[in-house]
Amino acid sequence: MSWTQLNLAVATPEIFLLVAALIVLLSDIFLNERNKSIAYGLTLAALAGTAYLLLQSAGQSPRPGFNGMFIADPLSQAAKFGMVIGVALMLVYGRSYARLRGIFRGELFALSLFALLGMMVMASGANFVTLYIGLELLSLSLYALVAMQRNNVHATEAAMKYFVLGALASGLLLYGMSMVYGATGALDIPTISQRITVHGANNLLAIFGLVFIVTGIGFKLGAVPFHMWVPDVYDGAPTLLTQLIGSAPKLAAFAFTFRLLAEALAGYKPDWSSMLTILAVLSLVVGNVAAIAQTRLKRMLAYSTISHMGFLLLGFMAGTRDGYAASFFYAMSYMLTAAASFGMIMLLSGKDFEADQIADFKGLAKRDPWFAAMMLIVMFSMAGIPVFVGFFAKFAVLKAVISTGAIWLAVLAVACSLIGAFYYLRVVKVMYFDEPENQAPIAAAPDSRILLSVNCLLLLLLGLLPDRLLTVLTEAVQRSMLP
Amino acid sequence: MTLALFYLFAAILVLAALRVVTARNPVHAALSLVLCFFTAAMLWMLIKAEFLAISLVLIYVGAVMVLFLFVVMMLDINFESLRKGFWRFFPVAGTVAAIMLGEMLLVLTSRYANLSAARLPEPAAGFNSAKALGKLLYTEYFLPFQLAAVLLLVGMIAAIALTHRQRKNTKFQDPADQVAVKAADRVVVLKMEAEKPAHAETDTTHTGEKA
Repeated sequence: MSWTQLNLAVATPEIFLLVAALIVLLSDIFLNERNKSIAYGLTLAALAGTAYLLLQSAGQSPRPGFNGMFIADPLSQAAKFGMVIGVALMLVYGRSYARLRGIFRGELFALSLFALLGMMVMASGANFVTLYIGLELLSLSLYALVAMQRNNVHATEAAMKYFVLGALASGLLLYGMSMVYGATGALDIPTISQRITVHGANNLLAIFGLVFIVTGIGFKLGAVPFHMWVPDVYDGAPTLLTQLIGSAPKLAAFAFTFRLLAEALAGYKPDWSSMLTILAVLSLVVGNVAAIAQTRLKRMLAYSTISHMGFLLLGFMAGTRDGYAASFFYAMSYMLTAAASFGMIMLLSGKDFEADQIADFKGLAKRDPWFAAMMLIVMFSMAGIPVFVGFFAKFAVLKAVISTGAIWLAVLAVACSLIGAFYYLRVVKVMYFDEPENQAPIAAAPDSRILLSVNCLLLLLLGLLPDRLLTVLTEAVQRSMLP
Repeated sequence: MTLALFYLFAAILVLAALRVVTARNPVHAALSLVLCFFTAAMLWMLIKAEFLAISLVLIYVGAVMVLFLFVVMMLDINFESLRKGFWRFFPVAGTVAAIMLGEMLLVLTSRYANLSAARLPEPAAGFNSAKALGKLLYTEYFLPFQLAAVLLLVGMIAAIALTHRQRKNTKFQDPADQVAVKAADRVVVLKMEAEKPAHAETDTTHTGEKA
C-alpha cells in the first residue's frame, strides 16, 4: 500500500463531482426560494466540469486505482460521458416542470448529482464491494427523488414500490456476490475471473451465486419476469424523475452487467448466456404485447423500456466483442431516445396538467408542427425504422445474435419489433390525423425547446452516420475487456 | 463443541425470525428481532469475528432497535390491518419458500458443492480482528469506505428532504433566537389587582335583572 498504488488521479471526474455536489448542497442553505436558479446553474456547471474531465482522459488505456478497487477504462469513461449528458438533459427539460410542481429545490440538484456519482462508480467499480456501493448510492438517491413530492399520492406509492422491490433486488444481488466470494475467495474482478478460468473454482457454488446475480441484474434492468415495478414507477413518478430513471441508469446497468458477467464471471459464459436468452425473449414478448393495451403514454413507454432492455440483453447474450459493443450502442442510443420522449411529455405539460396520456398528443401537428416532427423522430427511432438511430442499434444487436448462430432469436426479435411498431406509430397517427382538443400553443422555455430539438435531430444524425459512434464504442469495449 | 453451538444459535435465529413475522403484538415482533440480531452476533463470535459481533450488538440492538421500539410505541400504526393479507397469502408464499429452500439445500448439500473443503483459515496467534479491519478499511478498502460515507450523507439528505422541508406545522427551535434572548424577554412582570371586583359585577347583573 502506497500513494502510487492509491493513484487518486484516475478518479478525478468522480472526486470533482463529489466536491461539486457538496458545494451545491451547501449553496442551497444560502439561497432563498426565488434564486434557486443559482443552485441550478452550479449543478449544470458541475456536470460540464465532469464532462470536461472525462474528455481529458478519453483514449487512455485502462488505469486501475485505489488498490484495484476502481478502474478507469475506455468503456467506463464513454459510459460516464453518456450518463453526464443524460442527467444534464433531465435537468434542462425538467426545469420549468419542477418549478411548477414545487420540487425545484436544492435536494433535487444534490441528489441528482449523487445519483450520477453512484452510476459512475457502478461503471468503474473493479471490486464487488465498490460495485455494490455504487448501485446503492444510485438507488437510494432515486428512491428519495421519486418520493420528493410528498403530497402526491402516486409518487409516494411509486417510491414505496420502487424501494421495496429495489431493496429485494439488492439483497438477491448481494447474496449472489457472497456465494461467488465463497467459491473463489476473492472480491476483485480480475482475481475472480482468473480463479475461475485458470485455477478452477467451486463451480457449483459459483453458478448458484450466478443465478442470484442474474436475478438481481434482471430486477435492476427491469427485464421480465422481474419487471413488475417498471410500469408503476414510471407512471407514478414525476416525469422529470421518470426521465432520470429511464435514461442514464440504463448505461450504468450496462457497464455494471459488463463488469459482473463479461469480466468477473466470463468463465461461465454458456451458463449466463442461456439465462439472459430467457430474460431477453420474455422481455421482448411481454414488453411489446403489454404496451399495445396502454392508453397512458408514460405506461406505454415503461413497457417499451422493458422490450428495449430485452434487446440490450440479446446483445449481451451473444457474449462476443461485437455483441457487447452492440449492447453498448443500444444503451447509448436508448438513453438519448428515452430522454427525448420524456422531454416531450414535459414540454407539453403545464401547471396542474400532465401530458401523460396518448390522447394529449392529439393534433399536435396542427398545434406545433415542429415538435410534432420531433416526436415523430423519437417514435420512429424507438420503433426501429431505418435512417433513425434506433434502427442501427437494433441492427447491430441482430447482427451479433446471428453471428452466434441463433437465427430463431433474431427472427423472434424482429417479429416483436414489428408488434412494437404498432403502438409507436399509433402516437404518430394521433399527432397527425386527429383533431386537436387543446388549441393552446406550447409554452416552454427556449433552452428546453432548443436542447430538445438538438436531441431529436441527433437521433436522426446518428442514424445517418452511425459508424463513428459505433466504432468508438466497439474500440472502447475491445480495449476494456480483460486479457 | 463449536458445531453444536452453531446449530443451537442457528435454530434460535430461525425461530426468532419466524416470530418476527408471526407475532401479533408489534412490540413482541420487535423484541424477537432484537433476539435475531443478538443470535447472529453470537454466530459471528463463533467464527472469531468479535469486533463485528460487538458492533452488531451495539449498533443494531443498542441503537436501531431501540429507535424502532420507540417508533412502534409512539406511532399509532395499526399493524393488524397491515398484516391482514399475511395468513391469506401464507399457503402460496409458504409453498414457494419451501420449494426454494429445498432446491437451495439440494444444490448446497450435494457433494459437488463441497462446502466442507472451504474452511476458514485459523487466525494466527495474537491476531486482532479490530486492528486488521481498521488497517484494511483505511488502506485497501479506502474507496468503498469513503463511498459508504457518501451513502450515509445521501440517507441524511433524503430523510431531511422527505420529512422536514417546507412543512408549515413543523415546530423547530431557532438557535440564534435562543442565544440572543435577554433576561427581560424571559419574565414579564405584570401589575394586577389582587382580587377581582366581584361585588360590582354581581351588582350590575342584579340591577340589570331588575331593569
